[in-house]
Amino acid sequence: MKLTGIREAYGETLAALGELYPEIVVLDADLSGSTKTSLFAKKFPDRFFNMGVAEQNLMGTAAGLAASGKTVFASTFAIFASGRAWEQVRYSIVYNQLNVKIVASHGGVTVGEDGGSHQSSEDIAIMRVLPGMRVIVPMDGKEMQEVIKTVVKIPGPFYIRSSRVKFPLILGDDYKFELGKGKILREGKDLSLIGCGLMVSQCLEAAETLAKEGIAARVVSLSTIKPIDEELLVDCSLNTGGIVTAEEHSVIGGLGSAVAEVLSEKSPTYIVRVGVQDKFGVSGSAPDLLEYLGLTPGNIVKAAQQIMEHRSQKTIPVV
Amino acid sequence: MLDTVQIEKLESLAKTIRVDILKMLNNASSGHTGGSLSTVEIILSLYFHKMRHNPKDPKWLDRDRFVLSKGHGAPALYTVLARSGYFDLSELRNLRKLGSILQGHPDMKVTPGIDISTGSLGQGLSMANGMALALKLDKRPSRVYVLMGDGENQEGQIWEAAMAAAHYKLDNVCGIIDHNGLQIDGPVNEIMKIEPIADKWSCFGWEVFRVNGHDFREIIAALDKAETVKNKPSLIVARTIKGKGVSFFEGKVEYHGIPPTDEELAKALVELGIT
Repeated sequence: MKLTGIREAYGETLAALGELYPEIVVLDADLSGSTKTSLFAKKFPDRFFNMGVAEQNLMGTAAGLAASGKTVFASTFAIFASGRAWEQVRYSIVYNQLNVKIVASHGGVTVGEDGGSHQSSEDIAIMRVLPGMRVIVPMDGKEMQEVIKTVVKIPGPFYIRSSRVKFPLILGDDYKFELGKGKILREGKDLSLIGCGLMVSQCLEAAETLAKEGIAARVVSLSTIKPIDEELLVDCSLNTGGIVTAEEHSVIGGLGSAVAEVLSEKSPTYIVRVGVQDKFGVSGSAPDLLEYLGLTPGNIVKAAQQIMEHRSQKTIPVV
Repeated sequence: MLDTVQIEKLESLAKTIRVDILKMLNNASSGHTGGSLSTVEIILSLYFHKMRHNPKDPKWLDRDRFVLSKGHGAPALYTVLARSGYFDLSELRNLRKLGSILQGHPDMKVTPGIDISTGSLGQGLSMANGMALALKLDKRPSRVYVLMGDGENQEGQIWEAAMAAAHYKLDNVCGIIDHNGLQIDGPVNEIMKIEPIADKWSCFGWEVFRVNGHDFREIIAALDKAETVKNKPSLIVARTIKGKGVSFFEGKVEYHGIPPTDEELAKALVELGIT
């Protein structure tokens, strides 16, 4: 499968949009080479501000720029954008509904070798809890391009997760991103595999394996985690029965939690969450970490089998 | 320079503002008395003398901006905004009440004239820097004033922002510290020493001025001088008295976060010459 760079897609799209939107300014915290805002910086040095290793000030400055009419893209690693500067994001930016797009690279555990200090398995949870924040986790480079082109036109705050590693290319050239809408990538009547980011391609791979076992899995990309596509989730519940969620994030507070929140109220069904099981990451290569933390197509297959096995009973056994 | 008549006018206005503050805090039954009273001359100097602004057009693009980084001083700012004509004086009665345009801390979403929300300490200077960068990009002549508390200087973000303002040569930023020497738990230099505060800002690359924060002549002279500083931001350390204007509140740490009782209000009004 062809791989696409997520952060490269962000950097290139942003640099291209700089021509069309003179009001765009970009901030980074000494990681512009990694987040790829360096591409914008090179083209528009006057509209790029490196804030140094100071994420709280990065977010506050972004708020001030936005309050004066700028469209601000603020980038650093996900753990620092969401974690270190959480309260600045909350009060300086989101409370005021200011026009700041936080595009946070190195999301999830595929940061890899740097280890637990730099991995981010909590960002989706702590960003989506903020009132009025929109949270997007693109599934491939094509979607990242479309997301950036879309959010530049929508006022207000966004948290968009970018990635160190390249993701398999899933979408075609004609793909158009729609905020708040999930997308059915493969039909199936037995259950639904719902993923975001890198885990969408893992879901597609899992669906292939399940098909060989005679299980027809629907695959849904839920790239917008907030606002969430309730209609599609209810449809998955009613028309496919069980649901497996898959995310490169803690199972606490992320995509799986968001899906469970909707369906437990609107259309209860079996949900098994594949994700980081309440633990910190460690150093290792990205593929080794996905294996170690249980984020492989095999883990998704296992979760699907669990649902198929127990759906006729009232409960899935506690292990 | 101001003439005697202008000074007398400002001094009389300061008294009116103090009465407004005390009444609104008493009416709200909560809020920050000491740190509101200490800022009166500073905020008045800005809104009634120095800043270019238009109460009829609060979002005027060429206005000077004001960021009350020590957001708990909101009652002083609200009163000055009302007296400037941003909204009706009767709104002051609704401070901190459900549905009010006057939130406990400044909120740009609901109060005309508030340039940005503040209240979580340490965040104001970063936001002021952002505004100043945008103004420079747009080649606007406006200046950004940001009023910080002295205890607030214990926040790390202040120093990140202090570094950034000097780095980006933001000579359109003017910081002011309301240096009343007290914070909630006690004297600032007993809780967490900030001195030598002027030297610290100077080391960070700021042009520093020191004034008596209750003397209009000194405050305005410093604001004028700050405007002539090029290629670096300015900071005015304004020595103030917490609770200024009411003898039994002055210098009293316990009046940081509590409003005057009915009895205290009555006594205070007598001191301020209102009978």
